[in-house]
Amino acid sequence: MSASGSEAIYQKLYEEAKKNIDGKEGKTQVLVGTATCGVSAGALKIKEDFEREIKEKDLDVDVVEVGCIGHCYAEPLAVIAKPGHPAVCYGYLDDGLVHRLVEDFLAGDDPSYEYALAALDRNDVFPTFEDFPRGIYEQKLILENCGYIDTRDIFSYIARDGYKALSKALEEEPSAVLEEVKAANLRGRGGAGFPAGIKWEACIKSGQDEKYVICNADEGDPGAFMDRSILESDPHLVIEGMVLCAYAIGAQKGYLYIRAEYPRAVGHVQEAINQAREKGLLGESIMDTDFSFDLEIFQGSGAFVCGEATALVNSMEGNMGMPESRPPRLASQGFRGKPTVLNNVKTFAYVPYIINRGADWFKEIGTEDNPGTAVFSLVGKVNNTGLVEVPMGTTLRELVFDVGDGLRDNKEFKAVQIGGPSGGCLPESALDVPIDFDSLHEAGAIMGSGGLVVLDENDCMVSVSRYFLEFTQHESCGKCTFCRLGTKHMLDILNDITRGEGDAETLELLKDLAEDVRDGSLCNLGKTAPNPVLTTLEYFMDEYKAHIEEGRCPAGVCRELILYYIEPPKCSKLCNVCVGSCPTEAIFTRDDGLKEIDQEKCVKCDNCLKACPPEYNAIVKLSPPVLPPEKEKTAK
Amino acid sequence: MSELVKITIDDREIEARAGEKLLWTALENDIYIPHLCAIKDEKRPNASCRLCFVEIEGVDHPVTACTRKVEEGMVVKTRSPHLDRLVKTGFELLLSDHDLKCAKCAANKSCALQTIAKERGLKLRQKRFKLIERDYKIDDSPAEFAYNRSRCVLCGQCVWADREEAKVGAIGFTQRGVNRAVTTFEDIPLADSICTECHLCVDACPVGALYYKSDLK
Repeated sequence: MSASGSEAIYQKLYEEAKKNIDGKEGKTQVLVGTATCGVSAGALKIKEDFEREIKEKDLDVDVVEVGCIGHCYAEPLAVIAKPGHPAVCYGYLDDGLVHRLVEDFLAGDDPSYEYALAALDRNDVFPTFEDFPRGIYEQKLILENCGYIDTRDIFSYIARDGYKALSKALEEEPSAVLEEVKAANLRGRGGAGFPAGIKWEACIKSGQDEKYVICNADEGDPGAFMDRSILESDPHLVIEGMVLCAYAIGAQKGYLYIRAEYPRAVGHVQEAINQAREKGLLGESIMDTDFSFDLEIFQGSGAFVCGEATALVNSMEGNMGMPESRPPRLASQGFRGKPTVLNNVKTFAYVPYIINRGADWFKEIGTEDNPGTAVFSLVGKVNNTGLVEVPMGTTLRELVFDVGDGLRDNKEFKAVQIGGPSGGCLPESALDVPIDFDSLHEAGAIMGSGGLVVLDENDCMVSVSRYFLEFTQHESCGKCTFCRLGTKHMLDILNDITRGEGDAETLELLKDLAEDVRDGSLCNLGKTAPNPVLTTLEYFMDEYKAHIEEGRCPAGVCRELILYYIEPPKCSKLCNVCVGSCPTEAIFTRDDGLKEIDQEKCVKCDNCLKACPPEYNAIVKLSPPVLPPEKEKTAK
Repeated sequence: MSELVKITIDDREIEARAGEKLLWTALENDIYIPHLCAIKDEKRPNASCRLCFVEIEGVDHPVTACTRKVEEGMVVKTRSPHLDRLVKTGFELLLSDHDLKCAKCAANKSCALQTIAKERGLKLRQKRFKLIERDYKIDDSPAEFAYNRSRCVLCGQCVWADREEAKVGAIGFTQRGVNRAVTTFEDIPLADSICTECHLCVDACPVGALYYKSDLK
């Protein structure tokens, strides 16, 4: 190993990067968040607007694409860094606001704080993100760079100490990297929390020369987008983590398994790989040492089950993406039959930090058995949706009510669905559960890869559990009996319940079947598919009972169990809004001038309820679907 | 030659070859464990029928006997309330997707499903789950045999026979989830495919999905 080389080479790279970045940072910059979350909210248009307006005014301002800053609720957003002012983040941008910011702040000198979300640098004028409750709980580690660096410029990463960990590691023996990761007790962020160091060590112990490193970016849970955001916002971080892993275990080749539905992530990562190769950070003789390692992207076709380790390897080998029984584990017999380390995007992302700052530093964050942070995509009926990173051990209550700023429209909290289709629904009483692998598992949910959906009083738990079952049933590969047929029958039973069909025996059968599918399935997709059902049965049994015993959906969601009704005393004879809103012409004006719904024609689309002006509020959902008695008289 | 070890299955001490899969050891010693998909020569067991569950002392959950290697001193149970419950559910799930007309089936009295029912005291006509309706057509294009897909339990024995024994590769698994099925490439009739009608697949079928026309009663 030409040990003296790598840190010297890094120093040169770092200086080059600094020079490059400083040149830009002396100038005014507009950083537009163009991760998928931003793009879907119109960020590309906002970027064009900025560029056009800046050009029209002939200003010397750079417009840079950055990743996701985590405040997705306020997309599209941009950060303006102008010398002489703190860098300020603006959200909810549209063309008018862009015009105003360019005119007043870029051309003029007024930061227009009335439109700002927060400042990024501490200052005497305007609060920063850290001053909000979310900032108090949040501790950004692997999201540190997200939204602040130019995702398509390797210098931007290097200038923030990027690839420093690699240069440091290359000066030492590979075992030093392994020992540090083991000492840090880094647990895999893919869901189960298996210690990464032990996995890596097993791979080394296999004693074979040919080994592989694979990054699992087949993120597929509904509502989860952590891995996508990290790959789009800070791709080099993941690449550096993979190279470090490869160095530790002695692998020559690695793959990033990214689903093809993530074209931006695929694009950014490919660009990053190319740049890293160019700078000698990937490929032959990395940083002039005799260590060589290269990366390639493998695009998955979107089957959820391919996130399962053996199914992922099968699909990479050109076989059907179906799981195999284990053992043998991937660490001894993985891709092409060779020892393979497969870790999640986030797991790799922690590695450069652990090498740079040390295992002891890492272990100070989070809890004793669960060091580090947890990254969540916080979505659902919560005010501040977005990508958040909190230390392990933060409670669900803090996450929902402080970081997420509570529920929208002051609705009542009902449950959090955590861990996606493999996770569970936890009620109010479980909100003080600390977020870590073990506590969540005990409560019946799983950490999963980090999807967290907040549900309120308007969500029907039977319907939610049906939704997730529909997902897993659709995504079941069909290989094993329990998952193929068990999820099908569970879904059928849940469909019956949402129609009010069934009895006490139905619920018993559902529970028995769910437990058997959990115990009998071949892979973790099947083993965990019953979790949404089992947790809702445990915590929300009264809702199930209301459906089958009273034919009533308490949240008014299950269509077969509700009807829409216009309360005559509240209806204004002078208003016709509901009539116009109805797509099936089910609402008519009676002889006495009041409006009425023809139940035969009504498709329960909810339009009239939304359309009825708040001053009348005359339309209600009734469950069970029975018209009030006096109503039936007049209807005939 | 692998070393001989002593293990206990259902309180019976047995001498077995270390490393062999538990299922075959048990069957050789006349200890019945329900199974459909297991193939002795298959290196990595399919483990898809999920019927051969056993309990092993020191392992906290049931495991499939077809995947578990024999180890010295292993203490195995093939029956317990939990195991029986899992096997019953797995079996009934399979039957909820099986065209159960034994009297008209070529495999009547030689069917693996009937064996499991008999050995474990289970009913073939299960009532817990609704029958899944299929409108598969019988493929009777080969001269001597036919394929009734709605009787198939997806054990994969025919696919193994076709690929590993006959070395033809006319049939394979297709589709996903509840629609998973065994069929020819592009789902064409067997006679139009590369099938050589060697009928090794028919001999391998444990349930009468692939059957000789002459056996039809």
